[in-house]
Amino acid sequence: MIEIENLSITFGEGASTVHAVRNVSFSVAEGESYGLVGESGSGKSTILRAIARINPQWSGTIRVNGRYLTSKRTKAEARAMQMVFQDPYGALHPRHTVDAILREPLEIHGLNNRDARILAALKDVGLGPEFRFRYPHQISGGQRQRIAVARALILEPEILLLDEPTSALDVSVQAEILNLLKRLQQDRGLTYLMVSHNLAVVAHLCGRVAVMNRGRMVEEVTEDTLRAHTPSEPYTAQLMSATEGYDREAVRSYRTFD
Amino acid sequence: MSEPLIEVENLRVSFRTPHGPIEAVRGVSFTLGRERLGIVGESGSGKSQTGRAILGLTARNGSIDADRMTFDGIDLLKASPRTLRKIRGARISMIMQDPRFSLNPVVKVGEQIAEAYAIHAHASKRVARRRALEMLETVQIREPEKVFHLYPHQVSGGMGQRVMIAMMLIPEPDVLIADEPTSALDVTVQMQVLALLDDMVRDRGMGLVLISHDLHLVASFCDRVIVMYGGRIMEVLEAGRLHEAQHPYTRGLLNCLPSLDHRQEMLPVLDRDPAWLTEARR
Repeated sequence: MIEIENLSITFGEGASTVHAVRNVSFSVAEGESYGLVGESGSGKSTILRAIARINPQWSGTIRVNGRYLTSKRTKAEARAMQMVFQDPYGALHPRHTVDAILREPLEIHGLNNRDARILAALKDVGLGPEFRFRYPHQISGGQRQRIAVARALILEPEILLLDEPTSALDVSVQAEILNLLKRLQQDRGLTYLMVSHNLAVVAHLCGRVAVMNRGRMVEEVTEDTLRAHTPSEPYTAQLMSATEGYDREAVRSYRTFD
Repeated sequence: MSEPLIEVENLRVSFRTPHGPIEAVRGVSFTLGRERLGIVGESGSGKSQTGRAILGLTARNGSIDADRMTFDGIDLLKASPRTLRKIRGARISMIMQDPRFSLNPVVKVGEQIAEAYAIHAHASKRVARRRALEMLETVQIREPEKVFHLYPHQVSGGMGQRVMIAMMLIPEPDVLIADEPTSALDVTVQMQVLALLDDMVRDRGMGLVLISHDLHLVASFCDRVIVMYGGRIMEVLEAGRLHEAQHPYTRGLLNCLPSLDHRQEMLPVLDRDPAWLTEARR
């Protein structure tokens, strides 16, 4: 479904060039959930933004559904591939009602039965019709993220690009959104590419995970490897150890990985 | 535990809003000794407002009310603004979540640290500068001379938070209130910053209040953990005994976290019981 080969992304030029992504390759099968984890600056979000063409310059190849992507996103590609962002406060227009937010993609893509589709989309994400004419500031953070998911799904895409979809939410709300994403995937056979800094969240949703550090893919691990705590690379092991909570001795042994 | 540094009894914080008063903290009582105390809760639980009330940093439309709120025998409710100013920063200091919003963007970080020392210790510029450099070393910044002359936008998030910690610790306070000090940082950097706070508690006998939404992190770091919900304390736990938590809210919070160790098809969702907001503490 998604095939990425030798992807490199740089920002700036000359001496101040930043290599955000270096020679990354991976592929995601149809109906699979694939995770990208890493700390800030690892390049994980940059990869997602290149696939979505928010960041239209790269070298190497990105193929989606067998077609090579170019820097210009076609309407058909946009419809087949939608994105959910980290911050549901920033991702929804503050002066548009939920109805307007969900209607806009339908208008752009010339789909009919708009009212029925909007109501169905709300139902799909577990919200009642009473939310339709509310503004983003009138609903909670979790409800906003549900609206963001509804907006992504309303065009019936095959692929969802998820950029830290739960990290701005309280843990109880995170559980609700993760359950929603899992159910939607099971019901519709969606393909997910998810970026997160949280190993437990990624392992919950994804079968395979690429661990990134400073633009490089350190290793690709399976969910089982993560659960068994048996990664091959010391970087992954250190990341896992830090995720498990505070341990004075472990902190002293931290290394810097380039 | 030694003589408590801070005693709070029945603290209430409420805010006047156009839609009527909102009670952010409803009757919270606790004591802090020379220990690491965690306050954990979700957004709106009142955890940050509890920390701010101690320092008298509640916003202007808010009012504080308590049966007792003392620091080292000083009544914080009756203290004059002058007394409070002497306590704030010098004896109780606070670290906020994001160093980018807490540092002055147009002053070199070293000078900001030196200023904190000069004001509280009435020291000369030269002495303050030397102390600031020592402090940068204490918070494990590798090239203190170089970092001293950087502006806040030139330092990373982790380094910025170390600078904040240096600034807050340089007057050698008795109590440090840290409100989500590591939430904006990468996990490995988070742990390094916590190790630093840990050293300060051990080496200087400081009392630390760590406010966070991350129950596991706090339980792995602190000696005791207060779990808050809806402005009230649900449960106080000895750290290490997190798995023995009794309150359904605490259990619910623990259960709804995805675990790395075992697979779950769906995560249990937290059912909030309205009785939690009214029933007496267990």
